Amino acid sequence: MKKLQQRYRYSFILLKQLVKTDFKLRYQNSVLGYLWSLLKPLALFTILYIIFAKFLRLGAQIPNFSIYLLLGIVLWGFFGEITNGSVMSIVGKGDLLRKLNFPRYNIVLAGSFSALINLFFNLLVVSIFMIYKGVPIKPDALLFLPIIIELYMFSLALAFSLSALYVKFRDVNFIWEVIMQGAFYATPILYPLSLIADKHKFAAQLLILNPLAQIIQDARYILVTDKTLTISSLYGNSFARLIPIFVTLLIVIASSIYFRKRSKYFAEEI
Amino acid sequence: MTDSIIQVTNLDKDFKLPHERIGTIKGIFTNIFSFGNRKYEIQHALKNISFEVKKGEFFGIVGRNGSGKSTLLKILAGIYQPTSGTVFVNGKVIPFIELGVGFNGELTGRENVFLNGALMGFSEKEVQEKYEDIVNFAGLERFMDQKLKNYSSGMQVRLAFSVATRLAESDILLIDEVLAVGDIDFQRRCFNYFKVMKKQGKTIILVSHDMDAIREYCERAMLIERNQVLLTGPSYKVASEYNHIFVQDSKRDQYSAKDSTRWGDGKIKHLEILSSPKELKDEKNIKITVKAEAKQTVDNPVFGFVIKSASGQNILGTNTSIKRQSIKKLRKGDLITLDWLVPNVFTDGMYYIDVSAQRENGTLECDWWQDAARFKVFKEERTPYNISPDVSLHVHPIGNSG
Repeated sequence: MKKLQQRYRYSFILLKQLVKTDFKLRYQNSVLGYLWSLLKPLALFTILYIIFAKFLRLGAQIPNFSIYLLLGIVLWGFFGEITNGSVMSIVGKGDLLRKLNFPRYNIVLAGSFSALINLFFNLLVVSIFMIYKGVPIKPDALLFLPIIIELYMFSLALAFSLSALYVKFRDVNFIWEVIMQGAFYATPILYPLSLIADKHKFAAQLLILNPLAQIIQDARYILVTDKTLTISSLYGNSFARLIPIFVTLLIVIASSIYFRKRSKYFAEEI
Repeated sequence: MTDSIIQVTNLDKDFKLPHERIGTIKGIFTNIFSFGNRKYEIQHALKNISFEVKKGEFFGIVGRNGSGKSTLLKILAGIYQPTSGTVFVNGKVIPFIELGVGFNGELTGRENVFLNGALMGFSEKEVQEKYEDIVNFAGLERFMDQKLKNYSSGMQVRLAFSVATRLAESDILLIDEVLAVGDIDFQRRCFNYFKVMKKQGKTIILVSHDMDAIREYCERAMLIERNQVLLTGPSYKVASEYNHIFVQDSKRDQYSAKDSTRWGDGKIKHLEILSSPKELKDEKNIKITVKAEAKQTVDNPVFGFVIKSASGQNILGTNTSIKRQSIKKLRKGDLITLDWLVPNVFTDGMYYIDVSAQRENGTLECDWWQDAARFKVFKEERTPYNISPDVSLHVHPIGNSG
């Protein structure tokens, strides 16, 4: 018991310093510093909003489509930051791994913390927009927390797998780039899901099984507008909701087992 | 058994070395077709290693390059996993495999202290308590808010060592040739620190090539040769066995004068350099015979030699000019033979002889011959110092002040 406590104490100390260091190094010598992590999603949002909402008139039937779009981009950005950042994280710390024995998961975990901090500030921006636009905040908004937890678990699990895979296979980063590109369009971020559901219901039902799609749609439903199609409304029952959650759990378990098994050999294989 | 702090039993470590590293997915696909005969070589880094270290012991691990010492140390530190066998470590281990692990040039000295401390498992509060002590010991008070990249390498080492030694409150210290870096003063400080640690009852495991250090500080040591334990025992025995395998090995790979390098204008050429005997035990002297031929007529030639230890350190040397033995002139075709009689002051080991022939009172080099000959020394009386001349001792009868 005491040993366990010691182990986690070490992890906690280490994690804190790694996150701090990461944070210090990231915004060194940059004039706007931390602001960049807010400007990045806002810039993407502006571009997409002008093209898709203003010119192509996407999402005209959805009230507050701008916030709907922004929330999607922020959540997607969070997912992307954790997973993209993780791929090379273990290999990048190879020097350290070869010389010290510490719980390896701290490296991946530390990487996800800066994404969490960014998410927090990005959501602050979203809520400012919501207040400005007069979107009512319902008590349902509390449900947003378990949704974020699901998103974090899903992203983190993939991050663990990706970082461990990259130790053995160095093309994982290229493959992941391609997957991310495809996933950006396969996930209803810049188009409303109803666009697909109206014509091909089955396709929409398939797309929503992706935990990311389910998460983003649920978040929008709770925070922005109940005109958002969710997995429950697409399938017509609430049981379907269990599928993406089950998928997430499966990925979490598989990733933990894989990472645990591989992490012993990181020092030798890097 | 109860007081052993480290116990290793039948430890094996293999590394799989693929002939062609399959590091890409394409590699997997192309290899699927030849799956049956996927080629990799198993390298046995450690074979059947067993030993134990008792609490409070200063234990040495010696062996040549590639013998598996560092792999063993990494397994003890938990960085590598054993392939088979058991490793039991009872206590907190701090590996000094390298000083300043995780140091980042973009951070200030102060930030690095906290980062390095965290890597060793110390909280900010704990580091803060010792912070002043760390900075004072490193002597870097004025530099702590500067980025580490602006430090000289000596300053970096000082800081790293200071952090490591002030903080390392572990039961077991693993040290891998840390002492090889840094100047003499730094090495002395390292050893002083280890002595203090030992007094506090810490267990220290030292991996080193430096037999003097092993003899002086370790109580027991283990010799690893070709990935196996060759000998475990008192450190002086292990150290002399270590020197012995070097000598044995040098017998096998016949040393040839071709390995040596020569330079000069060639107006005098050395023909042969002989040392007799080739192996010294407790002989009083060694005779070095130098034979040379003048290829052209030269005035005022000077002949000399230097004896170097295996690590390249100059031990002693002299020449005909220093000995005031002037040779006026050598005519073309003249042969000259010199016998140098050198007292046997040498410590155990291998020694190499450089000879030199110069002209015009030593201003122009005719033939410098590096490693022209060599000899070995085994002595009954061993000392851990650079030279060990025959020192005599007389103890007077014990008197009484009253």
